[in-house]
Amino acid sequence: MARDTEDRAAGTHKAERRQRGRSKKKPKETRTVRVHTGHEHNPNRHYANNRIKTTKYTVLSFLPKNLFEQFHRFANVYFVFIALLNFVPVVNAFQPELALAPVVFILSVTAIKDLWEDYRRHRSDTEINHMDCLVYSRAERRYVERFWKEVQVGDFIRLRCNEILPADVLLLSSSDPDRLCHLETATLDGETNLKQRQVVRSFFDLDCEFDPLKFNGIIECEKPNNDLNRFRGYILHRSGSRDALYKDNLLLRGCTVRNTEEAVGIVIYAGHETKAMLNNNGPRYKRSKLERQMNVHVFWCVVILLLMCLFAAIGHGLWVFQYGDKRPVFDVLSPEGAELSPVVAAVYLFLTLIIVFQVLIPISLFVSIEIVKVCQVFFIHQDQDLYDEDSDSRLQCRALNITEDLGQTQYVFSDKTGTLTENKMVFRRCTVAGVEYSHDANARRLALYQEVDSEEEEVPPPGGSLRRDSSSSQQSSRVVLRSLSTKTHRRTGSRADAKRASILSKHTAFSSPMEKDVTPDPQLLDKVNECGGQMDFMRFHGQPVSQLPSDLADIMDFFMALTVCNTVVVSSPNQPRQKVRMRLESKSPVKTIEDFIKRFTPSRLTSGSSSSSSSSLATSRSSNRGCSGLLSSPSAESTLAKLQEEQAALGSAPPRYDGTPRSPEDGELRYEAESPDEAALVYAARAYKCSLVGRLPDQVTVELPHLGKLSFELLHTLGFDSTRKRMSVVVRHPLTDQITVYTKGADSVIMDLIKPPDTETSKGRRQKKLVLRTQNYLNLYAADGLRTLCIAKKVLSKEQYACWLQRHLEAETAIQGREELLFDSALRLETNLQLLGATGIEDRLQDGVPETIASLRQAGLQIWVLTGDKQETAVNVAYACKLLDPEEEILTLNADSHEACALLLEESLHYIQTKFLCSSSDQAAKAFLPNFAPFEVYPPSSSSPHSAAFTVHRLGLVIDGRTLAYALDQSLEDRFLAVARSCRSVLCCRSTPLQKSTVVKLVRNKLKVMTLAIGDGANDVSMIQVADVGVGISGQEGMQAVMASDFALPRFRYLQKLLLVHGHWSYSRLANMILFFFYKNAMFVALVFWYQFYCGFSGSAMIDQWYLIFFNLMFSAFPQLVTGTLDKDVSAETLQQLPQLYMSGQNSEEYKPYMFWMNMIDAFYQSLVCFFIPYFAYADSDVDVFTWGTPITTLALLTILVHLGIETRTWTWMNCLSISFSVSLFFTVSLCYNASCPSCFSPSNPYWSMQRLLQDPLFYLLCVLTPVAALLPRYFYRACQGTLFPSPVQVGRQLDKLPSETRRNILNLGGVEAGSAVRPVPHFLSLGTPSPEGPDENHQRAGLHAVDATEKDTLPYTKDAAKLPPEPRPRPPGDAEPRPPGDDEPRPPGDDEPRPPGDDEPRPPGDDEPRPPGDDEPRPPGDDEPRPPGDDEPRPPGDDEPRPPGDDEPRPPGDDEPRPPGDDEPWPPGDDEPRPPGDDEPRPPGDDEPRPPGDDEPRPPGDDEPRPPGDDEPRPPGDDERPHETSEALKTSAMSASSRAASSPRPPSQAASVQLPLPPDGDAQRVRYCRNSDHAVRPAARTQTDAVL
Amino acid sequence: MGKEGGCGQNKTMVKQEQELANRPDNTAFTQQRLPAWQPMLSAGIVIPGFVIIGLAFIGIGVALFITSKNIQVMEMDYTGFEPDSDCFKCSNPEEKNCVCQLDFNISSRFEGPVFFYYGLSNYFQNYRRYGVSKDDAQLSGDLDNFKSPSDTCSPYDTDGIKPIVPCGSIANSMFNDTFLLYREVNGTNELVPLDGKGIAWWTDYNVKYRNPNVTPLKEAFEGTVKPLFWPRPAYELDTSDPNNNGFINQDFLVWMRRAALPDFRKLYRRIAQGDYARGLPAGNYSLKIAYNYPVLSFQGRKKVVFSNVSWMGGRNDFLGIAYLVIGSMCVFMSIVMLIVYAKFKFPEED
Repeated sequence: MARDTEDRAAGTHKAERRQRGRSKKKPKETRTVRVHTGHEHNPNRHYANNRIKTTKYTVLSFLPKNLFEQFHRFANVYFVFIALLNFVPVVNAFQPELALAPVVFILSVTAIKDLWEDYRRHRSDTEINHMDCLVYSRAERRYVERFWKEVQVGDFIRLRCNEILPADVLLLSSSDPDRLCHLETATLDGETNLKQRQVVRSFFDLDCEFDPLKFNGIIECEKPNNDLNRFRGYILHRSGSRDALYKDNLLLRGCTVRNTEEAVGIVIYAGHETKAMLNNNGPRYKRSKLERQMNVHVFWCVVILLLMCLFAAIGHGLWVFQYGDKRPVFDVLSPEGAELSPVVAAVYLFLTLIIVFQVLIPISLFVSIEIVKVCQVFFIHQDQDLYDEDSDSRLQCRALNITEDLGQTQYVFSDKTGTLTENKMVFRRCTVAGVEYSHDANARRLALYQEVDSEEEEVPPPGGSLRRDSSSSQQSSRVVLRSLSTKTHRRTGSRADAKRASILSKHTAFSSPMEKDVTPDPQLLDKVNECGGQMDFMRFHGQPVSQLPSDLADIMDFFMALTVCNTVVVSSPNQPRQKVRMRLESKSPVKTIEDFIKRFTPSRLTSGSSSSSSSSLATSRSSNRGCSGLLSSPSAESTLAKLQEEQAALGSAPPRYDGTPRSPEDGELRYEAESPDEAALVYAARAYKCSLVGRLPDQVTVELPHLGKLSFELLHTLGFDSTRKRMSVVVRHPLTDQITVYTKGADSVIMDLIKPPDTETSKGRRQKKLVLRTQNYLNLYAADGLRTLCIAKKVLSKEQYACWLQRHLEAETAIQGREELLFDSALRLETNLQLLGATGIEDRLQDGVPETIASLRQAGLQIWVLTGDKQETAVNVAYACKLLDPEEEILTLNADSHEACALLLEESLHYIQTKFLCSSSDQAAKAFLPNFAPFEVYPPSSSSPHSAAFTVHRLGLVIDGRTLAYALDQSLEDRFLAVARSCRSVLCCRSTPLQKSTVVKLVRNKLKVMTLAIGDGANDVSMIQVADVGVGISGQEGMQAVMASDFALPRFRYLQKLLLVHGHWSYSRLANMILFFFYKNAMFVALVFWYQFYCGFSGSAMIDQWYLIFFNLMFSAFPQLVTGTLDKDVSAETLQQLPQLYMSGQNSEEYKPYMFWMNMIDAFYQSLVCFFIPYFAYADSDVDVFTWGTPITTLALLTILVHLGIETRTWTWMNCLSISFSVSLFFTVSLCYNASCPSCFSPSNPYWSMQRLLQDPLFYLLCVLTPVAALLPRYFYRACQGTLFPSPVQVGRQLDKLPSETRRNILNLGGVEAGSAVRPVPHFLSLGTPSPEGPDENHQRAGLHAVDATEKDTLPYTKDAAKLPPEPRPRPPGDAEPRPPGDDEPRPPGDDEPRPPGDDEPRPPGDDEPRPPGDDEPRPPGDDEPRPPGDDEPRPPGDDEPRPPGDDEPRPPGDDEPRPPGDDEPWPPGDDEPRPPGDDEPRPPGDDEPRPPGDDEPRPPGDDEPRPPGDDEPRPPGDDERPHETSEALKTSAMSASSRAASSPRPPSQAASVQLPLPPDGDAQRVRYCRNSDHAVRPAARTQTDAVL
Repeated sequence: MGKEGGCGQNKTMVKQEQELANRPDNTAFTQQRLPAWQPMLSAGIVIPGFVIIGLAFIGIGVALFITSKNIQVMEMDYTGFEPDSDCFKCSNPEEKNCVCQLDFNISSRFEGPVFFYYGLSNYFQNYRRYGVSKDDAQLSGDLDNFKSPSDTCSPYDTDGIKPIVPCGSIANSMFNDTFLLYREVNGTNELVPLDGKGIAWWTDYNVKYRNPNVTPLKEAFEGTVKPLFWPRPAYELDTSDPNNNGFINQDFLVWMRRAALPDFRKLYRRIAQGDYARGLPAGNYSLKIAYNYPVLSFQGRKKVVFSNVSWMGGRNDFLGIAYLVIGSMCVFMSIVMLIVYAKFKFPEED
């Protein structure tokens, strides 16, 4: 629903920049808005009104303006110049009027296109201008419906819920009790969370309805500007008082009013002066790479043209010169009767020839390209595969002129959240008080959703057998309610309808049942119930609640924190226009010390037991004051709907887990949160009966089991910021009356803030255990790719609070540096926390993302993910979507300073280079590493030295935002690029929008590659705009990205077909068409050129001027347009199954400079044939000029068409039709033309020529002979090439020809099945031979490595494969059977171990130092099996333990084997101390020493290692069974101090962990080379990462 | 669901009603699945194709070559460049009304109908400014253009006072040598009748070029002057046949059709009358030439050509040879490709 309104508003965005309003004339710096009292002229009449006009032209201005614009294109000027040149008698070549024809034609085609576009804009303008809104009419003393365009500055506007704002409005009144108005600004900034806007302060206390008649202020404000975040002004009241206005008072045009029943405002800026309109920039003009290439060749054509003219001009001069003074009888004197000197004659001739040869510059090329692109866009747009049924949206092409760039992309930059993932946060599991609740039922439920989704596409399942639980039926009824209220006539009964509705609703923000209806974990639910019961009991008996057993108290606190610690707004769909509010008493947050003292005097510190009664009171009050009387009372329809809904809810609601039916009212609360995770947590808490039922600025109401509604007094909210990475609320607990701080934040941060447990007491020990366990589970969650949050609390004594409050209030009132002070204040508060638990939220991957990424990668695309997310999450998602491969090494760059970053990059480069170069000489290299010698124990050789080169490409680079900032510095960017380009995948975490765009820009400019950026949110806009191709996901985050994009996709997975198929086709079609154009024109013009040798270089043409001029435009145009539009070099299926074919576009193989020249040469050859065969055939005859020239024209046309036929890959009836149409058009036109006028068309007078020719057998003989002779070489070449050395594309085409069964077999041999890409597949070239020329972009890699043929199987990098020695045959079928993903068979060691023994170690001196020993070699068993990330199956127990006897990795002692007891106790002192984040000082070496190599986490002594088998936590199989020892074992990084600080108090992940002395390392930054060889390794990457920010 | 819950707008209702309205049409055309034929340039198809084409071409070539060889052509230069030539005396441009004679012998019967051409070399009738130097309207009999010829004729539009008719360089430079062919029969020269009718295009004579509708024709030309180089005005071009005057004079029409190349021939007469209908018998002939047209100044040459024609026009060996060559090349290439194919037997059967 929201989408559509957005679309409408989006229409306004399409506008071009338009003229400013009339206010520009005013010299004043501000704008004054007075109220129009109706007596005199409107005082605001000189401001722009609200009518918008985004059209460029008017009826009158169209012609001049459009022509003016068209002449901006150089080619048009050129052709007009040539046409005008024809009007000069001495140089004219054609009839001047005729010569104008093509130019006029071209110009008018473009003009018509512009006109049409403008008309569309006009229509959209009209539609927007005629939208309705309520404007106050003084005459009628009420609000009346008006069109938007009638709104004037100074008008009062009443806004209702879900209305779109027609103009920029100053908010004067709101039905909201807090005088707020909620706005959705998705159309402006793409953010879907609601923004609050406040009523102007002086109207704040207005209790009754706002009366426009009483408004008498004068508003002074800024002139219109485009800064969305700025608005300043004041209201001057009649009383003389001034009231300041801020941006919080301004509602911007295009936003949607949400959650606010009604608001009234005064229009400040209207129409084009609104900020939304001022922010509209016209679409960018992008020029595709192909076009740029083409322009070079157009330039060469000009050069050729000039050379030809020059040559002929000199020839003419000489020709004239040879006659001396005695001019021959056929030389015509100048009109004055004088003889032209040879030089003058040559100059004239030069100009004449430019006219005659103008065809060489293909005038119709530009128009044809545009036509073809429009057709391509049409087809892309029409593709059903790019249509998303769920959201009923299809791909939108917003840029018409870069379709072929889709086929040439080399780098893909992708956003993560919302692009790769759904941006739907689903609560998955949690840990409370050190106990894990796996929520298996919930996981099953989620799995069901997916199944239902997939089934949906086929048939609606039979009714009754639905597997969804109560929530789904509730959902369906709820949807029905909605659809009824929106007047669709759908009844409740149909199951399919309900499903469809749920599917529809799935795509609206934050509210799908998948996210909402969390199935509680039975154990936890029991505990919660127990806890609630006990509390109830205690309250009843007057016992202090603090006596609750600590684990139960933790659980309670945990859920309290989930419910309270957020900024979620509650609304109820039953009364959709009203906020749910439960107000105890009107109180604002603590503002002063006095207030504090007053509030916290003992007398007032009563229990909140009276809450329920007062809350009901508040409810009634709020419903009373809702101004609902002004609106239509609930219609009969909605009453009906409600009835039905209740029926459905009651009738179908099955028992909940606790056996009590869920109250329908309960389910009706809707949560709207700033971030989806918040909502997910609140929904999760609701599943445990801890429901958030109301939120006010000063109070949060929570409903608890057994306890009823409790109101928390909200003292402070310390909002989330990305530096702190946490948020806190300070509340007064209604049960204990304690001042409690609930904090929720990133695990890395929270863990540092945990109060160090006091190991003396049992409680302290318990705490410590809790922390350790929680950390353990956090690692697990991270391994699962879940987003983790830690929940902690802190109880403040009143003194502490008072002390803190004092400074906090100071900070709040500070004038300078308030932000910093508040920040510091928050830091002061959030210390010594008590950990409650942790949650794991899943951001589900979109369908088909891993497959798409695998396939894009096979296509040779480098994929970089740039995300604002934290490193851990990003890395995990990267694994989940197969961006990072468990088998590949990860380079992690985290640096805290510029120098550190430089060093890091240097090291990484060295590392990569050693892998490249020194792999065979690792012994020598090892000599340089004395420090590490003891640790450098490498597995015995099991692979060839070549694999070193191979592994280089299997690098993944992870870099965080801060390091990126340094790396993007000018001095480092080259090094950064050098590192990044050698990595297969790059992951930039925590990057800002600016960094995203900088990265894209850097790669684009420095590497000279084609870049594509894909994203969905406003933060991706800059990146989308910078990239060569910007793709927006029209998903959940509003329209901003889509507006900025060139293509908008509904889902990420469509990128595959868009690039691999449509991009490839577009590129190949256009490239071939452009080449053909050049050929065609050159061939045709050369005919005339040859003739110059036989006409005294006089500029004479044997081809009739009509043919010359219209040849391009009419006779030869259609077939190539059809071919350019429809030709498919390879079928869509093959292109998708063999992504490698995409590389032909990346390497520009269809259009290389040499091809242009080859085509030119071929053109000249063919024209020679077409010229001289008739020449000799008609020699010694009495043929006249045009009777001889017409056959030549015909021959040229035939030759060109046959040539096109050779180049056409797929013949449809359209091709045949167009070619026969062309031929018949030529003959028809020429027959008519030659019969039309006996004495016209000087100088040729072709009267009856064609008719006579058609009676001449010689003509037919020529028509047969010449095309064959002309095309023989090309045909021969093509035939041989197709047979002898077919290009990959040709092989693909040959595959196409095969019957589908055979083809499938072959493709399976190649293993190129999408989706099974866990194991990279052999290069498809094994089917044929490698392409002769290697892609030149890869020269930096070329030669650095040679890949063993056997390695090919695992080689994902087809670019490299192109350089492989040919493998003549596909592999025998048995061998090449696609391996099932997650193939777990133990392979012989060394089989697929791609690294040689000394692979890693040869490091240059200096490189080694910061690296910890045991870098990546101590690999765990099971290393070799590539497991698909996200593989949830329980591993066979024997998988990890039984090592092959000859296990090749001698591990550093105690690395991950079961360690002797007692090994683990020395927890380095000071290691567990919370360190402030940002501490980046190098740590003293001694600090690190006692750490195990490759494991920098301090391990606590007394770790709970070997868990008792009967460990009470229910662990899901395959979830926490994952071998964590490996992860620890593989951790090899040394981290920056800060990062260590962030992650230091981390327990070992498994019982069998060892502590070893850490090598000395004094640096604050490290490169980590995680040899991630297994799925289980991922925690290593995760847990080690740091919090740099 | 979410925010848009209760209060719907018109637009959103419409949206719900036409659900999936955005679904693209599923047609073969829009989905780019038109049935298509993919010609594969592989050896298997190419070789037989080449052989067939090659053999067909060779056949045509042989036929053409034989036809061409059967055509008799006789060319004689009469420029008078060589001093021993009879026309040498006339090659001096000062010489007026010079007549020279060209004797020749035909050894065997020259099959009829015989076409009598005159030929010019190094004469650029296709010169651009020459080509446009005419007035089509005038030539189609438009009297207005008699009085004011088109600019294109400049500088041959007026003589300074009066308009030139026919104007322009082409007309002005009309070839004006005349020929009389005598056959030596029993010691006396017998005039061979030359047919000057129908040597121009039928459409030129009947449609394109028109005399003004004025009788006598002379009156139409009143107030105009003849082209500079012409000895007589247009209405007196053919003194023998009054209907062959003005713009529809056959020689004029032939001249006005500009030759394509600088070495060209133009049809002068046909020998198709009386005894000569079957051709020129063997014997001695003499050609009396009224040598008026100077060509030596621009290194031009003049010649006369006797030729008979076949269905494919005049004698021209080129086309037959070309067919033969291309045909054999096709065959040759097919052999090459056969070898290639045999050597790299390609895996279409996979």
